[in-house]
Amino acid sequence: MSATGGGDGGQAPGTVASRLSGYLRGGGVLVPVITALLSFLVGGVVVLAAGSNPISTYRAVFEGSGLNWVFPWLSAEDRTLAALNLQQTLLLTAPFILAGLAVAFAFRAGLFNIGGQGQYLVGTIAAVWIGSSLGDLPALLHVVLAMLAACAAGALWGGIAGLLKATTGANEVISTIMLNWIAIWLGVWLFSVGGPLHSSDPAQESVPVSDDVEPGARLPVFWGDPELQGLHVGLFVAIGVLLVFWILLNRSVTGYEVRAVGFNPDAAEYGGINAGRTYVKVMLICGLFAGLAGALDVLGWQFRIATTDVQISQVGFYGIAVALLGRNTAVGTAVAALLFGGLINGTSVRNLDPTIFDPQLAVNLTLIIQGLIVLFVSAPVLITLLSPGRLVRRARGRPAPEGTA
Amino acid sequence: MRRGEVHALLGENGAGKSTLMNVLYGLHQPDEGEIRLRDEPVAIGSPREAIGLRIGMVHQHFMLIGVMTVAENVVLASEPRKGALLDRGAAERRVSELSERFGLAVDPRARVEDIGVGQQQRVEILRVLHRGADVLILDEPTAVLTAQEAQELFAVLRNLTAEGVSVIFITHKLREVLEIADRVTVLRRGRKVDTVSTQGATEASLAKLMVGREVLFRVEKEAEEAGRPLLEVEGLEALDDRGLPALRGLSLQVRAGEIVGLAGVDGNGQSELVECVTGLRVPAAGTIRVGGREIGGAGVRGALAAGIGHIAEDRHRRGLVLPFNLAENLALRGYRRGPLSRFGLLSPRRMRKRAFPLLQDYDVRGGDCDTPAASLSGGNQQKVVIARELAEDPLVTVAAQPTRGLDVGAIEFVHRQLLEQREAGRAVLLVSLELEEIRSLSDRVLVIYEGRVVAEVGPDASDEELGVAMTGGRAPAEA
Repeated sequence: MSATGGGDGGQAPGTVASRLSGYLRGGGVLVPVITALLSFLVGGVVVLAAGSNPISTYRAVFEGSGLNWVFPWLSAEDRTLAALNLQQTLLLTAPFILAGLAVAFAFRAGLFNIGGQGQYLVGTIAAVWIGSSLGDLPALLHVVLAMLAACAAGALWGGIAGLLKATTGANEVISTIMLNWIAIWLGVWLFSVGGPLHSSDPAQESVPVSDDVEPGARLPVFWGDPELQGLHVGLFVAIGVLLVFWILLNRSVTGYEVRAVGFNPDAAEYGGINAGRTYVKVMLICGLFAGLAGALDVLGWQFRIATTDVQISQVGFYGIAVALLGRNTAVGTAVAALLFGGLINGTSVRNLDPTIFDPQLAVNLTLIIQGLIVLFVSAPVLITLLSPGRLVRRARGRPAPEGTA
Repeated sequence: MRRGEVHALLGENGAGKSTLMNVLYGLHQPDEGEIRLRDEPVAIGSPREAIGLRIGMVHQHFMLIGVMTVAENVVLASEPRKGALLDRGAAERRVSELSERFGLAVDPRARVEDIGVGQQQRVEILRVLHRGADVLILDEPTAVLTAQEAQELFAVLRNLTAEGVSVIFITHKLREVLEIADRVTVLRRGRKVDTVSTQGATEASLAKLMVGREVLFRVEKEAEEAGRPLLEVEGLEALDDRGLPALRGLSLQVRAGEIVGLAGVDGNGQSELVECVTGLRVPAAGTIRVGGREIGGAGVRGALAAGIGHIAEDRHRRGLVLPFNLAENLALRGYRRGPLSRFGLLSPRRMRKRAFPLLQDYDVRGGDCDTPAASLSGGNQQKVVIARELAEDPLVTVAAQPTRGLDVGAIEFVHRQLLEQREAGRAVLLVSLELEEIRSLSDRVLVIYEGRVVAEVGPDASDEELGVAMTGGRAPAEA
């Protein structure tokens, strides 16, 4: 292939998102593994440049993530510590799975949902609102209601972008980014002092924070000490949604339509599929996933939201990295979410021994690795340059042009 | 392969022509065997090495950068430089020089996206020549060209061979082989059948080599009594994608048991008519009735429910979702209904169960239910489309360019399928740019010109008669 490259065997040129999505699912499991390894390798060079030993640093990060809990040879004392760490890692993993699915599902329809963060935020707002009011509801009903409210809010937020795309052709990348900012400032306004959802507690009079979620609306902890932020049942919710995502995508009429539109909107239209309606449906579902992620965090361990939480939250953005690394599949998303959960928890100041790696730099290490992963998966050229030719051709998903191909 | 000759490589879809050429160009590695160039065995590991050996390839799908000029595209990857910058003047001079020497007229300053397909192909050829190639591989170069452009290409090829360039010409069009090639190698299922001189060869003899049996060029068909009208179009008006009127009050009828051919110069409203009838385009005015039911504006699902089958003009853009496997592609029309789906859930098992006999019946080769459509050859892809459409048992089949890009064997297959529809008392509207095809299949031929049916002639009308009507002249009295 000459330097111009890019001649893609005559397939209708899809959107950037759909081409990227196709590429991501092209080369088996090898590409994401290489991607992650490369990212850690470059991250290791950074650690080295910062004057630390990369091997002992990564070891410390791994132990900080609690993933060493699975090793049978740990002493009882180490195991207790590992369990605590693993609970924290999984606490992060659950919303990452959902935020990742919110991006992955859109990708499969050829849409780039950058709006996971906004959809997540309106989910947290709805969850804290319902969770902190209606105190006399039975516990199970209350928690379910709060989760449903978060789903609905997220779906609304995603649906707006889908509707704009379907009716006016507005690029979903732009509209979801704008909706992110609307969600952020909506949250800041609601929870700031004197705002509609500002705490009614006199002790919090000058603190821009919401009311606490009622005990009955909290997700029960099933592993670890509820007082010490143990692991709540939201993890099972996330795993359940993974299953739903897989069935929806691969075994449902809607999923067939989504994939057809994602691969080739013209052929989908020929099959009687309304692409616009599919875009709205997809974005509603994506928003629902992200909104539910917000509910898990609020009802699972945060229990209240301050305006600073709204501003610094990154869960929705991690979803993009999770989906990219997880190649928009159910299993990949789960693995990538666990990786990012472990990475963030393992590099948290609390977990990293300052003699091994400067804790002030630790958080940046996460960001570096995250950034590298996004860079590597979004820049297929780099990967194709670094991988053997066979892989390239497999990633193209087709043999050489054949007949009238 | 001799110096300065045009050597054609002929074979059915999937016979291995493109694969062989990709091996020569270093895109694929041979599993066995050797390649000899200028009497020396060579190993070609990559396109770069192929270029080093002065082998150049022009692909079916051009690899040009639309926003760059002709000169920039030609010199890409081997640019004349002035310091670190591209020496634009030298590039343009070089292009003018090459185009003069080989008689390939192009404007080096034009932007590639602004010039026609035939011109773009010249740019591709120029690029290959610029890199010093003296073995030129052309992969189905005429597939994208009009008859006029193809003639111009042949003139260019004659100039090239006069300059000592050898040309390998991949095609499955017999007439072109006889016209341009000196010798021809016929491939069938990955093996060389024979290499013959085109002197003394005929279309029939080549077709026999290619398919391995006698091929009928004229379709035999029984006279059928046409029945009640199944497709009635009246006063149809529609706009094209740019919002300009494309159909201006078109009326036609297709009755049960007949094939009506629609002849015309490309761009006279054929695509818009097909899209209106199949529900892809909403007509601005007029009525479309299928079996007596009005379907104008009812959308694709409405048209499908009324009994419209659609063999789409472009199987890659419309007819198939290339990354989907064959079972999924075969479900594209019926996935919403039982037995393929129930309560909103698909059944991959039932999809496969339905697909398997269809792939057998329609003789789809090169893949099974789980093979992505992208990896089939063009002819087999078209068989998948036809299998899907005819499996819906349509009252009216709209076939738009159903044999474009297919080899003789596949064309014969497609024609037989359309005739079977006719014999089964269904209606077929055949839209084609190939007059030969229209004449041999149709019971009646309608001529479309500027969005209207301007003439109706019998299938035995002469080229001149059709040509006059197609270009807007008054048609002579009914033949």
